[in-house]
Amino acid sequence: MTGAVDITLLVNGKTYTGRAEPRVTLADFLRDELRLTGTHLGCEHGACGACTVLMDGRTVRSCLLFAVQAQGHDLATVEGLAPAGGAEGLHPLQEAFHRMHALQCGFCTPGFLMSAYELLQSNPRPTEEEVRTWLSGNLCRCTGYQNIVEAVLAAAAEPEPEAHQ
Amino acid sequence: MTTRLFGEPVARKEDGRFLTGRGRYTADFEPHAAHAAFVRSDLAHARITGIDTAAAGEVPGVLGVFTWTDLDGEVAERLPLLVPSDALVNPRTQHALARDEVCYAGEVVAMVVARDRYAAEDAAERILVEYEPLPPVVDLETAASPGAPTAHADMQDNLAGRVSEEHGDVDRALTAAPHVFGWRFVMERSAAMPLETRAVVARYDQTEDRLLIHDSTQAPTGVRFGLAMLFGMDTDRVHVVAPDVGGGFGQKVIQFYPEEVLVPWAARRLGVPVKWVEDRRENFIGSNQERGQIHDVRVGVDDEGRILGLEDRFLHDTGAYCSYGLILPIITAAQLPGPYRLENYRYELRSVFTNTVPTSPYRGAGRPHAAFVMERVIEKVAGELGLDSLDVRRRNFIQPDQFPYHVGVTFQDGGPTVYDSGDYERGLDALLAELDVERTRTELADWRRTGRTVGLGVAGYVEGTGIGPYEGASVSIDPDGTVSVATAHGTQGQAHETVFAQIAADELGTPLEGVRVTTGDTRRLGFGVGTYASRTAVVAGNAVLRAAQEVRRQAASVAARILEVAPEDVVFQDGSVHVAGAPDRRIPLGRLAMASNPTRYAFGRDAEEGARLSQLAYAGGDRPLPEGSRPGLAAVEYYSPTSGVFGFGFHGAVVEVDPETGEVRVLRYVVHHDSGRVINPMVVEGQIHGGVAQGIGGALYERIAYGPEGQVQNASFMDFLLVSAAEMPRIEQVHTETPSPNNPLGIKGVGEAGTIPVSAAIANALSDALGVPVDRMPVMPEDVLALVRAAE
Repeated sequence: MTGAVDITLLVNGKTYTGRAEPRVTLADFLRDELRLTGTHLGCEHGACGACTVLMDGRTVRSCLLFAVQAQGHDLATVEGLAPAGGAEGLHPLQEAFHRMHALQCGFCTPGFLMSAYELLQSNPRPTEEEVRTWLSGNLCRCTGYQNIVEAVLAAAAEPEPEAHQ
Repeated sequence: MTTRLFGEPVARKEDGRFLTGRGRYTADFEPHAAHAAFVRSDLAHARITGIDTAAAGEVPGVLGVFTWTDLDGEVAERLPLLVPSDALVNPRTQHALARDEVCYAGEVVAMVVARDRYAAEDAAERILVEYEPLPPVVDLETAASPGAPTAHADMQDNLAGRVSEEHGDVDRALTAAPHVFGWRFVMERSAAMPLETRAVVARYDQTEDRLLIHDSTQAPTGVRFGLAMLFGMDTDRVHVVAPDVGGGFGQKVIQFYPEEVLVPWAARRLGVPVKWVEDRRENFIGSNQERGQIHDVRVGVDDEGRILGLEDRFLHDTGAYCSYGLILPIITAAQLPGPYRLENYRYELRSVFTNTVPTSPYRGAGRPHAAFVMERVIEKVAGELGLDSLDVRRRNFIQPDQFPYHVGVTFQDGGPTVYDSGDYERGLDALLAELDVERTRTELADWRRTGRTVGLGVAGYVEGTGIGPYEGASVSIDPDGTVSVATAHGTQGQAHETVFAQIAADELGTPLEGVRVTTGDTRRLGFGVGTYASRTAVVAGNAVLRAAQEVRRQAASVAARILEVAPEDVVFQDGSVHVAGAPDRRIPLGRLAMASNPTRYAFGRDAEEGARLSQLAYAGGDRPLPEGSRPGLAAVEYYSPTSGVFGFGFHGAVVEVDPETGEVRVLRYVVHHDSGRVINPMVVEGQIHGGVAQGIGGALYERIAYGPEGQVQNASFMDFLLVSAAEMPRIEQVHTETPSPNNPLGIKGVGEAGTIPVSAAIANALSDALGVPVDRMPVMPEDVLALVRAAE
């Protein structure tokens, strides 16, 4: 299979251009061409949620999309979650994950952050039950989820942060 | 003094990079390296009669297609047997690429290397392998029966090895016992499922004859030594780095997986960097699994439920190969007695080949099986005799004044199983208080009257942790004052960067931020063993302590010369040293590091003061560096424990069964835990959370389902259901601390503790709820429905 095409993506407010075959997944393109390796691949069949990114504000599984499908859309990855210009600043979700020990090996963490971000955008004050149901599409093998749930609830209790980008 | 960090729930140093997408996992290195793809056997047992690679070689971008005949030297031989044992009657490991027989579906048959993963997988699809099918043996009990098909064509039977040991006189005890019962317990196949699959990236520099490998392994030092031997290279020309690793749970400790050898081999052969990232399906069929035992127990008890004698004859499923020797079933056998006195105990284990994915330790490593058997035995004895199982537990506990306690059988490290310390009654009491057991029992009775199917289960365990042989640590102070700590084992989320920093910071009087920890990089430290068996915090942690103590001694000695005081009068605080009682007479640690390196040069303006101090420190001697001293503040020290240290705990589960759907809800899950002194309680709680989740997953949802022909039939996350946030209950925890007398920090390991008794606690709770014995794990909804029907 040959025939690389130019692909231009808007990621975290920045325009990137690269070349790839049309069959290259969005996840592979983000990771290998744009070197945004915070998006991880845990199953490559849309079940584990580690590759979750936002497309036009909604979560998508970047392992199930081709990069070419994302052209013209507004993408956000974990690298863009912290407030703009704040190299040291963390998004309240990231801050809560740190404080509540909501990550261990860190591999699933970007996917959880992006899913939780979408949850709090649509439902700023979720119940524990709602958080657990929402996050059931993301798998974690280290934390038993408890501190992740606590962290999302803690972040939800804080004042609304500035939007990413 | 600076506030002591040991014992404090300090937030983790490693979090920042993980939260912002800057973690560095193996797959993140070398994005444009050539990529390997593997052809794996579809059949569980077959003879290879031909491999046609011609079409694969024609795929654009292919750099090489390899089968066994292409391998050379040691790489063409069977892979090393990691844990040899005289008790292995048929030691058998696999070839890196199958030679003429495949013995499990998933065994690697051919390798393609191409310019990227897409091209490599295109080519792998075009390789045609011709097989002559052989009869597979899949079921463990069948495999152990006389006349069964053999998993390896050249073997007479499927026995990999057998061990038996006896403590006391079991036959006499059983003959004399007023009550003797016989029961069978079964644990089926499961698997670790780290979220990051395995991955290897290898670069070979021909000019320098150097090999650098990034490997998502738990044991980079072992991979390094092994590859150097396999390739006939000097050890110092091979380096292995385990960067950030996305979970391991035992699956990543086995060396060598075929791919760990083949990817570096291909990088040397082709002269280009080669990368391989396992996909999830490969992880299901090509990475080791666990659980899989059948136990037949006979137990003799008195009228009060005291165990007089116990015999356990069990089968262990080693899968198609046994590179891990007999370690797993030996752990089961040694840990089966748990917190109970078994003065007459005999086991006979048989490790058996089947045509399935090989097994090796998965979190718990033989102990969940042991706890399941022992705790079901306690519960069933109580049931038979009409006793409260909590009383039966208490009557059988090893008492606090009996430590060190000799179990009477051999431990996994080959030495005797000797518990260092424990207080089991206190642990059970702590659990019951947290559970509020009387109120819980009343509540359950009320719920049952309203028609709900609910139950309570308790289970205990003892976990041998922190075994040898050894780990090491390098500690040094950089000119900027940073304390640099390096250990050689891999780390997979256990917060080693934080807990080792806590230990070093306390010893050297620096803030946590002033310590930088590197793990798993053989370029920093070549000797070490690996992260497994809940051993790293204990063994490497004590090595860090020793190395920090040595650096402190060096620093005190140099500071004493400069400040003209005795070394004992040097105080370490806030990243500096000063004279006791005279805090203004102080030297920052970085300056002291410079001063202790008498080069006579000042490298930069900051160093001028260091150089001046250096002259002060070494003035008046007969040579620039006094006899017996070394330049710099740096030490490498090793810690080797005399034996394991034994944590323990008790879990309580309250479950509810939906008799219509077979769904089990865990309404409450309460954990008592004791791992000696705690370095960081936040980390320990997190380890328990994760362990319990894997335990609950393993008890209720996660079963590797083999078809009759030996293929894994649920090799995806859509069919093998990992436990999610929606199923997990909130875990309640209570801790006690019974320090270990065996190491200076008084600590014990915690990594696997959370998982060990969960199947037992859930089984006891389900038995209580349903009124029928649950002696087989896992219990998935269809199994629950069968139990509900049995109860009716």
